[in-house]
Amino acid sequence: MSAVKNPNPALIVGKYAALAFYLIFALFPLYWLLKIGLTPDALIYSEGTRLFPSEITFSNFTTVIFQTDFVAYFRNSLVVSLGAAFFTTLFAAGAGYAFSRFVFAGKRIIIALMLVTQMFPLLMIIAPIYKIVAELGLLNSLTSLIVVYTAFNIPFATFLMQSFFDGIPKDLEDAAMMDGCSRFQALCKVVFPLTLPGLGATLGFVFTAAWSELLFALMLISKNDAMTFPVGLLTFVSKFSVDWGQMMAAGVLALIPSCLFFIFIQRYLVQGLTSGAVKG
Amino acid sequence: MARIELRDVAKRYGSVEVLRNIDLEIQDGEFIVLVGPSGCGKSTLLRMVAGLEPISSGDFLIDGERMNDVRPRDRDIAMVFQSYALYPHMDVARNMGFSMEIRKDPVAERKSKVAQAAETLGLSNLTDRLPKALSGGQRQRVAMGRAIIRDPQAFLFDEPLSNLDAALRVEMRLEIARLHQKLSATMIYVTHDQVEALTLADRIVVLNGGDIQQVGSPLELYERPANKFVAQFIGSPTMNVVPVIGTDTGVTAGNGAAIELPDQPLTAQAKELGVRPEHIDVVDNGTGDLSAVADVVEHLGSDTNIYVNVEGIGSMMVRKHGNIPVNSGEQLGLRIQTENAHLFADDGTALRPVA
Repeated sequence: MSAVKNPNPALIVGKYAALAFYLIFALFPLYWLLKIGLTPDALIYSEGTRLFPSEITFSNFTTVIFQTDFVAYFRNSLVVSLGAAFFTTLFAAGAGYAFSRFVFAGKRIIIALMLVTQMFPLLMIIAPIYKIVAELGLLNSLTSLIVVYTAFNIPFATFLMQSFFDGIPKDLEDAAMMDGCSRFQALCKVVFPLTLPGLGATLGFVFTAAWSELLFALMLISKNDAMTFPVGLLTFVSKFSVDWGQMMAAGVLALIPSCLFFIFIQRYLVQGLTSGAVKG
Repeated sequence: MARIELRDVAKRYGSVEVLRNIDLEIQDGEFIVLVGPSGCGKSTLLRMVAGLEPISSGDFLIDGERMNDVRPRDRDIAMVFQSYALYPHMDVARNMGFSMEIRKDPVAERKSKVAQAAETLGLSNLTDRLPKALSGGQRQRVAMGRAIIRDPQAFLFDEPLSNLDAALRVEMRLEIARLHQKLSATMIYVTHDQVEALTLADRIVVLNGGDIQQVGSPLELYERPANKFVAQFIGSPTMNVVPVIGTDTGVTAGNGAAIELPDQPLTAQAKELGVRPEHIDVVDNGTGDLSAVADVVEHLGSDTNIYVNVEGIGSMMVRKHGNIPVNSGEQLGLRIQTENAHLFADDGTALRPVA
């Protein structure tokens, strides 16, 4: 008799049905986005609730790309999101490493303060932030958004990085130092390669957060040429009508970089990279 | 090869003193085992020698040169960690050759040394594997290979065998003993396992609560423990220790039995009598120093362990070589081999016969 029992076929069917249901549930809004983007303007209201439009057009996409400022919004968003993700991860990695490995005066206070910053509702601090940015003359600049997003994401990203560093046995650095590394060399040659999943997760987290952020972008940016994509999306809403088709087409295009980014970093997100380091 | 000296070394974390008055001289090529219960500071002491833990006070010297503030990388000491600490993203060959890679030694030399070490440790066909694809014993070997490839002044082992199963532990213990014979390098080995200590060491350092209790060869510690702690820590099964009242000719046990100890002077100061299980003879009921009832008898074939109840004293253990026909519940007489008995004063220090 084999040790593994043949599973009940009904169970398999049930399992796949549950998975399919979940997939449909999760992906339906995305499908609707794509569907409306592909529906000709004339049919949007007449065929609004049909699952498949009777006609398909790419004109919404071509209009969005060639006749609106969408490409500029897109570029701005890319600059802001990549900038915020890069700087946040850089600082969070440094701070997370310090919290994970060193004992220093004021460590608990700093950690507590960082937690406190996470407790304020964003609306409370929008006005002061606006004032600071205005005084610095940074209104309508992408720099202001990068700075603000970086500042807001660092605490959470730091805790995230700290937990990744905590997961790397301290013995590995000690061993590297016994093998002739300085602490910095040990960091670069042993700790850094093992932290790649953590860095990838943090980058991805901040990138998506910055990519879809609306509130600060709306407050701090009013000029068209510095608008990020979520703000730009609002330009499809005019006083008398909403250009649904183009708006959805822009939305679909905006999903592409997020998807590409996750395809790029997902290989660093695989677990088990540190297995085999120590016992077990 | 190196002579290592510790002079009045101490370690403090804030106001907590975890090690104090550590004076130890380790000769070139000596195999020293630091042994003690967990929390006694033995691993901390090893890490201080490695340079991974700063020394709070005192001097640490290698070949007469003060090394307190020298970084680990410049001490030329290799260490094998309890967790092995293999670099998980490097294959076995790169793990072993990592120190040479850092020193920027020529690639050809590195390759030949790695191959040689792999050969010695039986890892030749595993050099391109990642640590996660190795068994516990193989990981342990890679960790040792990483140490020997450097040809360091001294080797440090931090409980290297505690993650292995019993059979593998015996095998690796032999391998470490062979390694020491072959390299004749200075080695410092930390363990809480007294069998490892007794089998491997040239000299054993017994630590407890941050103090060195005794330094000596395995036989010295077994035959002449300096105090009650060492007496009970070294030797398996544990030494029987019973409270007694010292008299001019011997001691009187709690049940009033007088035991004459002609080989043991200073008996008047004795507060406790220690006898190892193997130093008690079983005699006919009514004869001997004590009368007892056998409680549990374990027949191990090579040995017989008899747990006895002695009226007025409590339980003791007797171990005899071979098979002794004793049944539980049987009345026995016990005779203590007085020349192998130990007497301890009020503070636990051993009372020595005047030579």
